[in-house]
Amino acid sequence: MAFAAELLISFFLIVSGIFGFVGSFGLLKLSDPMSRMHAPTKATTLGVGGVLIASILHSVFVDHHLSLHELLITLFLFLTAPVSAHFIAKWHIHRHETPASLPDAGEDGVWATHDIEDDEDVAEMPR
Amino acid sequence: MITYATYFAFACFGAALMMNLWRILTSDGVGVRVLALDTMVINTIALLILYGISISSEIFFEAAMIIAMLGFVSTVAYARFMLRGNIIE
Repeated sequence: MAFAAELLISFFLIVSGIFGFVGSFGLLKLSDPMSRMHAPTKATTLGVGGVLIASILHSVFVDHHLSLHELLITLFLFLTAPVSAHFIAKWHIHRHETPASLPDAGEDGVWATHDIEDDEDVAEMPR
Repeated sequence: MITYATYFAFACFGAALMMNLWRILTSDGVGVRVLALDTMVINTIALLILYGISISSEIFFEAAMIIAMLGFVSTVAYARFMLRGNIIE
């Protein structure tokens, strides 16, 4: 039983290490910004999730008490990683795409990121 | 066995941090830099939890939680600055 628990914890640790490594390697290796966004927002989140599962199992099987603090961090990360990715994608549309280069927005005319009012004070920003 | 698996995960996340740092230093766009910074925050959370596992302590969960919250808030602030030019209008 103890050996099986150790095997399970080690499995989750190694899988999470590989996923965390792959996430950052994709960030380094892929070519354009939207491909780069794809790797760390998914693979790294899964890697941290594996570490947190391993931590829960470690507290149950090795320290012999149930600790579920990690679920809070898991929930928080799984909620915030898509929000961060969405903001980066909005930055890309805002700075590197024009209304002509995007697909048709349907009845709205332009996508919301490009729909800037004239009286808004939008400063000139670095690209 | 858990000790060596922890060492392996430490090495993976450490290398991931270095690659993120390299992406921050050599990137060609500010958005990718913000993305790499966000990934660094997430990798730091993983390293803190791993250290907690390796010394059988629970003292680092609060630190990891605070880093997760601050990392999200800073990413949103950066993104808002990139999109609108200011943070609080």
